[in-house]
Amino acid sequence: MSPPSGTGAVGETGPPRQRELLSAAEVARIVARMAHQVIERTAPEPVTLVGIPTRGVPLAHRLAERIREFSGARPDVGILDVTLYRDDLRSRPTRPLRGTELPAGGLDDALVVLVDDVLYSGRTVAAALDALREYGRPRAVQLAVLVDRGHRELPIRADYVGKNLPTSRDEEVGVLLVETDGTDAVVIRRSQR
Amino acid sequence: MKHLLTTTGLPRETITALLDTAEALKQALLGRQVRKLPTLRGRTVVTLFYESSTRTRASFEIAGKWMSADVVNVSAGGSSVDKGESLRDTALTLAAMGVDCVVIRHPASGAAHRLAGWVPTHVINAGDGTHQHPTQALLDAATLRERLGTLNGRTVTIVGDVLHSRVARSNIELLITLGARVHLVAPPTLLPCGVENWGVQNWGVENWGVTVGHDLDAALPGTDAVMMLRVQAERMHGGFFPSAREYSINYGLTEARLGLLPEHAVVLHPGPMLRGMEIAHSVADSPRAAITEQVRNGVHVRMAVLYHLLAAQEEQP
Repeated sequence: MSPPSGTGAVGETGPPRQRELLSAAEVARIVARMAHQVIERTAPEPVTLVGIPTRGVPLAHRLAERIREFSGARPDVGILDVTLYRDDLRSRPTRPLRGTELPAGGLDDALVVLVDDVLYSGRTVAAALDALREYGRPRAVQLAVLVDRGHRELPIRADYVGKNLPTSRDEEVGVLLVETDGTDAVVIRRSQR
Repeated sequence: MKHLLTTTGLPRETITALLDTAEALKQALLGRQVRKLPTLRGRTVVTLFYESSTRTRASFEIAGKWMSADVVNVSAGGSSVDKGESLRDTALTLAAMGVDCVVIRHPASGAAHRLAGWVPTHVINAGDGTHQHPTQALLDAATLRERLGTLNGRTVTIVGDVLHSRVARSNIELLITLGARVHLVAPPTLLPCGVENWGVQNWGVENWGVTVGHDLDAALPGTDAVMMLRVQAERMHGGFFPSAREYSINYGLTEARLGLLPEHAVVLHPGPMLRGMEIAHSVADSPRAAITEQVRNGVHVRMAVLYHLLAAQEEQP
């Protein structure tokens, strides 16, 4: 009853046939660039970074840290679990639920930046937009992803993209982060399905 | 998981997954004005109750509705059951209407298990005779986990009418699986034969068994949680103890006995309570008692069960 969660992201560093696309240094550089882009587009308005579990959460914290470093602003960081809002629950085994923690001030009139690791079909983001609505009415919602791998199934586009990685549908893109996987990297491998 | 019929043999990982889901759901709904999740939209749940119930039925109904399932209540009184329809026919009728899940309470032990063999829907046992009441055991475990942190190595003392209690049976099996020690205190007439061996399939290096005693005062100082059971007069045919007053003196949780418990110990009661019989008024209302928390957790635990049964892909048999 504990299947892998996710968005085409790969949890553990598995068997071979896996190729590294981005190194730890590149991931760090990309996150720094995204932080600059967020500041350019939003300053001086404060932003609320909302990470989508699993790996959107550490990414949101890293972005917040960089933004603080570059601009002195201290963005609020939240966690939004979208599992209960997904439209594809019935196509997979039971997905475990993660916690949701949003800033105490609520999201009304906030400028929210959703943060996730991989943008693929767009269904996770669609679910996140539905879930957000239950917690308040943000002034605007933007989307930041580390990797956009294409194959959208819904009219959804990211505002901040770390790296565009054109992929085939039978590949899996894995974002590995120190906080969850012990190392920073983006890898690609053949799907096991 | 297709059905939830019993806690016997329910793997530790499954229990933990259900409790974790319940906790996440509780957190997801915390402080929200709109307590409605879209997760089970379009699924239909029937509660089929052949015995009276307040909390279990309402709890399942609320759990289903908060997850956007359509919940229909069928009671034995006022339905075709009055006209002599069998359980099987009633269940098949409901299944034919396209119901996804039947939550059943029945006075006969094993009714839920039989039902699961007849209908293609998911079946949840909401209490069958003196046999099992798995969601009660799960909500008790959720409450104890919240108050005590873990159940591993903790001692839970279950007091009272163990013989007629499906709550006790479900709890004993589940608690042992989660690594707790279970101590039973009851009059000899209200202990089932062979109760010492319940949960035996889970005994091992890490697990503890069941111990039995008749002296409540001696048991209380070493216990982390005490679970009081209702004296089920409706299932008693014959004299199991001389008088209610004598039962209360020997096995009732009084204010004085509350003082014998360690500072951190929790008092549970599955309800409905008979105040003044197995539990004193002041004890039931004391901050040591987690009785309203049990009820609150009951909704989240039942949401978790519905989520695990109904939300995901059907398992291929």
